[in-house]
Amino acid sequence: MKKYGPAILIVVFLFGVWELASRTVNLPFIFPPPSGVAIRFWELRETLLFDHLPPTLAIILIGLAISIVLGVALAVWMAVSETAERAFYPLVISSQMIPTIALAPIFIMFFGYGIWSKVVVTVLITFFPITVNTFDGLKSSSKELRELMLTMGGTKKDIFLKVQVPSAKPHFYSGLKVAVTLSVIGAAIGEWLGAQAGLGYFSRRMMTQFDGAAVFAPIVLLSAVGIVLFLLVKVLEKRSMKWRNKE
Amino acid sequence: MRKPVLQFQDVSFSYDGKKTILDGFHLNVYDREFITIIGASGSGKSTLFRLITGLEKEEHGAIWLNGEQVKNRHGRTGYMPQQDLLMPWRTVLENAAVPLELAGVGKKEAASRILPLLNEFGLNGSEHKYPSELSGGMRQRVSFLRSVLTGSNILLLDEPFSALDAITRLSMQEWLLDQWEKREKTILFITHDVNEALFLSDRILVFQETPVQTLQEVIVPLDRPRSLRDLNDPAVVRLKDGLIDQLRSGGNKI
Repeated sequence: MKKYGPAILIVVFLFGVWELASRTVNLPFIFPPPSGVAIRFWELRETLLFDHLPPTLAIILIGLAISIVLGVALAVWMAVSETAERAFYPLVISSQMIPTIALAPIFIMFFGYGIWSKVVVTVLITFFPITVNTFDGLKSSSKELRELMLTMGGTKKDIFLKVQVPSAKPHFYSGLKVAVTLSVIGAAIGEWLGAQAGLGYFSRRMMTQFDGAAVFAPIVLLSAVGIVLFLLVKVLEKRSMKWRNKE
Repeated sequence: MRKPVLQFQDVSFSYDGKKTILDGFHLNVYDREFITIIGASGSGKSTLFRLITGLEKEEHGAIWLNGEQVKNRHGRTGYMPQQDLLMPWRTVLENAAVPLELAGVGKKEAASRILPLLNEFGLNGSEHKYPSELSGGMRQRVSFLRSVLTGSNILLLDEPFSALDAITRLSMQEWLLDQWEKREKTILFITHDVNEALFLSDRILVFQETPVQTLQEVIVPLDRPRSLRDLNDPAVVRLKDGLIDQLRSGGNKI
């Protein structure tokens, strides 16, 4: 805990400044103090946790799952086949020049107000870090080690499974960590544009009612979701790469 | 005369058809010989190993292993690279097991073959440690164990001790000679250290300038077992000075 002392101090300080500024300005409906957000959160706890958290969480988890499956599959394909690499890698990179978020309304048109339009938005922004990191990881394995495997009679498949996959693991997890934080953003933005429930949707609806504290309350929950998911990935990472803890 | 286990017959090789390394090259290595190859860096020593292991293909001529001409030489020799090249995500036991795994040996069977060897390799109690927890000398021993477990009678060691400190290096050299005799292997050993070459080998092959046709051969006039003091023998000292002069004048180095 001592390690994080300075960070905690800064957070406490910032909240203090916010609280003070908000009380001075005294416009709680657009600039609520942290204490006001906390109180509103408590009042809304049941609606937030039971009505709006589950649909958002579903979008995040389904979106991430699809991204992991598709991203890893494409990364493996590109790592194994040079033709696939030349065909897809430039596309994957340049796809990031497209403002994906700006496309979100199109997906609402395509898939309607149900969960899938939001899942698509989430997949689109989480796909990239997973694919590119995994691919770079698969390619990062040392040439000398691959050659050593050849001298020991290893096949292409042996080299892939015993050298490339383990070398890619740390990269995959860094990609996943970025993707997890992005997935929360993706789900929330998707919901702004069109949804019947969800934390992003709720936050936006409260905006139209000029209830500043209720705009912030779901955001607190969204951040908590992001942090919990991030820590979960860290635990998984540590478990699957025990050797790293010894370094 | 012992039977030859490795032969180069009229072998030519170049990188991209430009930089010719070997040109009509001949070499015979006999069973249970210890041969060191010395030469300045960039003189083609490692290329020789790349050809033997099958990482490179000869353009002309033939390479024979254990009396047969082999086209695909992958998996036929035990190669120990300069950096230990242990997999950081595998324990000592798992690293040593790689060649057995590739040969289709099951996990349990592999462990039962490796565990009795660990003592001899000075790795007792380290079987579940990761490479990052080992000293440089220990890592080299794991790497050597791995090359022994390929089961090949020919071991190719590419400057294996160059990254070790002087004391560790000395004990590793003595230990290697011990292992070589016990395991009845043929060893080809690349080094740029003339002392190391004299201490270890039966024959020293000197790489001078490319393209190489034949290597100059020096027979070490020492009996076995050897001790370091033997290197002070006047005949050996003269040999050493001669070799060092040769390496200096070889090619256009410094």
